[in-house]
Amino acid sequence: MDVPLLVIVVIATALAFDFTNGFHDTANAMATSIATGALKPKVAVAMSAVLNLVGAFLSVEVAKTISGGIVDDAKITPAVVFAGLVGAIVWNLVTWLVGLPSSSSHALFGGLIGATWIAAGGDAVHFAKVVEKVLIPALASPLIAGLIAMLATYLTYRLTVSADRRVVNSGFRVGQIVSAGLVSLAHGTNDAQKTMGIITLTLITAGMLPASAGPPVWVILCAAIAIALGTYFGGWRITHTLGKGLTSIEGPQGFAAQTSSAAVILTSSHLGFALSTTHVCSGGILGAGMGRKLAEVRWSVAGRMVLAWVMTLPAAAVVGALASEIASTGTAGVVIVALAGIAVAGGIYIASRRKPVTAESTVNQQIGSTDEPETFEVAA
Amino acid sequence: MNVNWFALAEVLVVGLGTVACVVILFATGIRGMSQRVVARAQGGTGSAGLTVAVSCFSACSLIVLYGLYLIVSH
Repeated sequence: MDVPLLVIVVIATALAFDFTNGFHDTANAMATSIATGALKPKVAVAMSAVLNLVGAFLSVEVAKTISGGIVDDAKITPAVVFAGLVGAIVWNLVTWLVGLPSSSSHALFGGLIGATWIAAGGDAVHFAKVVEKVLIPALASPLIAGLIAMLATYLTYRLTVSADRRVVNSGFRVGQIVSAGLVSLAHGTNDAQKTMGIITLTLITAGMLPASAGPPVWVILCAAIAIALGTYFGGWRITHTLGKGLTSIEGPQGFAAQTSSAAVILTSSHLGFALSTTHVCSGGILGAGMGRKLAEVRWSVAGRMVLAWVMTLPAAAVVGALASEIASTGTAGVVIVALAGIAVAGGIYIASRRKPVTAESTVNQQIGSTDEPETFEVAA
Repeated sequence: MNVNWFALAEVLVVGLGTVACVVILFATGIRGMSQRVVARAQGGTGSAGLTVAVSCFSACSLIVLYGLYLIVSH
């Protein structure tokens, strides 16, 4: 009974990845709304979780190929998928521990590339596709979103400078909530699909589903619930970095950043040039920071964030490759990788408890309180 | 390798245009609301401000609905 065990392990790992994807990306949609106090932290993650759940059911496009042509699909076996997922999860957890928003998609691609390379050789990896689908979008998305958000922030402040402050504050609060909701919904339709695609592909390769079958209902349900639970879990470390670490965010900036992110994500996915949600949202927040006069952008934090983006694919690839090396030796290898993965995840969780970042620390303090209690210092 | 630079430029232009529209509409709507608040505080009706606000926010809602449509149809 070699195959069924592997299939079960792959499905569990895929759902675990989906969970990390959820809490890693909560910040994309909700960081600015939380930081400005437009939404209470718990309310924000609950709203994002529900919208991710809804989004996972809404999409009719089935992710039949998970790799998008980056690796040779014909050479993917369940063991390769499993190893790739382990690589992606480990890197997602490491970046979460240090509070850096990195792309979950890049982690997944990286893991798959490393695992495929070891299992089927370098020829099975299409490097030109990697440049086209990963490298170029990674460079372009923060630039595009940042530029648009900068302009949007400038316009927002310019146009409302003479308006009544209370009207401005409550107005942008609503604007922020709506735009954050759109980002969450778009995220649910995209990212939950990846996990559904992986599980479906695994079931097909194991002969449990006919070729070119869509995901069964239970797969959609599991993937939707996993990403929603992950989102509700919060990922406060990354929310802290995006909402407070990069720049200080005011209501109108949050509105400008989120509106820009939502517009860029929707435009790009509609025109067939899929950009990373994480990169778009981070770029949008940076742009909003630059668009407000005298708003300080902490370039050291931004630099570390960019470093994490560059590292994501190769780092996940190395872990994926190692996992692939061991997992391809058979059932015992798969069990060893699974146990090692659980041990690493447990270790990272324990490490995170030593310097916890709570929901409360992601909200901006009242202006004037200089002794802001930082439970987690990103610059440390 | 086939990088679709045109699509990328298209994303920038369309994104920039859409965001500029939304932001201008939303900010104008807020100015309208603010105008109404000020007018009422001075004893006026503020209906001009309200009209501006309602039309701007309606246009914004339409854009948001179109965004929802894009998400659902994808």
